[in-house]
Amino acid sequence: MLNINNLKVSIGDKEILKGLSLNINKGEVHALMGPNGSGKSTLSYVLSGKDKYKVSEGSVDFKGKNLLDMNVEERANQGLFLAFQYPMEIPGVQTSFFLRTAINAKRKSQNLSELDALEFAKLLKIKAQELNINPDMLKRDLNVDYSGGEKKKQEILQLSMLNPDLAILDETDSGLDIDALRIVSEGVNRARNKENAFLVITHYQRLLNYIKPDFVHIIADGRIVKSGDYSLALELEEQGYEKMAKA
Amino acid sequence: MAATEKTIEQVNKLGSSDYKYGFSSDIENIQAPKGLNEEVVRFISKQKNEPQWMLDWRLKAFSIFNRLKKPDWAKLHFPEINFQDYYYYSSPKSMKDKPKSLDEIDPEILKTYEKLGIPIEEQKFLSGMAVDVVLDSVSIATTYKKQLSELGIIFCPISEAIQEHPELIKKYLGSVIPVSDHSFAALNSAVFTDGSFVYIPENVRCPVELSTYFRINAINTGQFERTLIIADKNSYVSYLEGCTAPMRDENQLHAANVELVALDNAEIKYSTVQNWYPGDKDGKGGIYNFVTKRGICRGVNSKISWTQVETGSAITWKYPSCILQGDNSKGEFYSVAITNNFQQADTGTKMIHIGKNTSSKIISKGISAGHASNTYRGQVKIQSSAANARNFTQCDSLLIGNECGAHTVPYIESANSDAQVEHEATTSKINEDQLFYCQQRGLSNEEAIGLIVNGFCKEVLQHLPMEFAVEAQKLVSISLEGSVG
Repeated sequence: MLNINNLKVSIGDKEILKGLSLNINKGEVHALMGPNGSGKSTLSYVLSGKDKYKVSEGSVDFKGKNLLDMNVEERANQGLFLAFQYPMEIPGVQTSFFLRTAINAKRKSQNLSELDALEFAKLLKIKAQELNINPDMLKRDLNVDYSGGEKKKQEILQLSMLNPDLAILDETDSGLDIDALRIVSEGVNRARNKENAFLVITHYQRLLNYIKPDFVHIIADGRIVKSGDYSLALELEEQGYEKMAKA
Repeated sequence: MAATEKTIEQVNKLGSSDYKYGFSSDIENIQAPKGLNEEVVRFISKQKNEPQWMLDWRLKAFSIFNRLKKPDWAKLHFPEINFQDYYYYSSPKSMKDKPKSLDEIDPEILKTYEKLGIPIEEQKFLSGMAVDVVLDSVSIATTYKKQLSELGIIFCPISEAIQEHPELIKKYLGSVIPVSDHSFAALNSAVFTDGSFVYIPENVRCPVELSTYFRINAINTGQFERTLIIADKNSYVSYLEGCTAPMRDENQLHAANVELVALDNAEIKYSTVQNWYPGDKDGKGGIYNFVTKRGICRGVNSKISWTQVETGSAITWKYPSCILQGDNSKGEFYSVAITNNFQQADTGTKMIHIGKNTSSKIISKGISAGHASNTYRGQVKIQSSAANARNFTQCDSLLIGNECGAHTVPYIESANSDAQVEHEATTSKINEDQLFYCQQRGLSNEEAIGLIVNGFCKEVLQHLPMEFAVEAQKLVSISLEGSVG
């Protein structure tokens, strides 16, 4: 699904990713763990196409196509989803309207007709219930005056509505209390299937108690320095980044 | 519903960044000789078969026009207008003998309206809209007149009202905007060609939205429409106005006068979606739009509410205002003004508080993109008689790109110490992170801008009648196409 090969990325003069390689196949969940400033968020922005990041070397294939050739919305409509660490507020735009606009943008790119209002409402109701989201929240402006937990739930709601092939969760666990963490994780687990894949970026092993990864990678100084299975996360929790990154 | 759906469909179909209503129709016209002089004023009056008193009124206005200097307060730059370069009367030939039903109207004209998405068939009464259509200088058809007349509502071209209801015209025409107000008001009074007239009798709530669609078709034609709406005691009316014009390289001139009169306990809601041709991306062509709109809340507890969405015109010069004369009367102004490329807008309102306990509210949203300039200019004046007057003003400007400008110029004068006047203003740039967020959800750059700007304008758009609001939202998005590279 996603093949990252020797990716080097800089902002201005500063190189952040220094030859990162990673393969993700469908049906897999990969966790990417690393200390602050190791390049985790940069990777999520480069993959989703945010500008200001300069790729100097390497390649990224997504579903057999050159991801780096596509603009932001093409990547999204090809099935790449980023759950933001800091979801944006959009005043004056109702949450449900935003969701519908996003779904129809994707459908349009696939030459499908717009989702009928009733169908949409039905789907939204089910998905919102699963995430324990109050229907009143869907009438509010997107992310405006949402709590940290509500914003993250909203991201996962969007994920489950858009049903992407590859979802990148960028520190989705930050700012969540235990209950919200559980609900959000359950939402992600429900969305998992044999055809899609997840890249879960986090500082802490805690999230991985809920979302069990198939692979765990440790990133340090712009490279993946160690990969393994779930036990690597436990090991990391015990020993800390500094030791593991050197190992 | 059908009316709007059709319009929306039209708007949807058009994907390019070009002006969507830029077609012109091949209709045979009767025109006044080019230029502006007393003869032309007489010609117009004669074409309209007007009574002597009306001609005298026009001639007096024309002599006042000749004496007045053009208003120069606006922050607008454009070459001196040569009034002699325009035609002041243009009528489709087939209108000479007025059609009695829609079947008699030149099919080319009907086709023009079909392209605009304005159905004028009687059956559209169900859509809840009565439509008066003004092509260049003549009102083509007024639908649903019969149904409305059963309630005593008069909704007709103003030329017809001059013939049929001279007592109302004599009483109210020019009573809100004096002929000598400024030169464009005087010019309009001298050469106005058509427009709508509405009278809502006492205790009647007009059951449908009344609507006029203005279109400039003929080349080098000035359009000077005149609208007069009178809401008698305890009545209510909601009126919609839409405007388009074909693409022409020359600047076309539009100088309308709109007067509203609300008597005791009456309410008038006036909504405009203005989409005159804005000129091309290099600033060539486009409509010069000099509009005077003023309403008077003459009676106690009366209310006038202006809502405008201004997306078109090369130059917009427009200040829909309220004179709050009756005690407890209310004035509202909700405005979205979008300028892109080389468009210039200088728009706002005046709220003149005269009566006791009068209140006014101003919400203005200016969006500027490309090389455009967008100015809010508003006056709040509290006279000494206006005890306990209140005003709230909020002006927000949104900038897209680095070459455009936004300005806020509020004038506040209070002669009464117990007045409460609040003014809030913000200016911000469109947020790149918001755009990225939307695009990551699959929206194109332009769709994302449209969405964010529509959110920014929501407080205003929600005051439009529902069917119109949907169309306005599409228009907001379309107007900003190509604004970010």
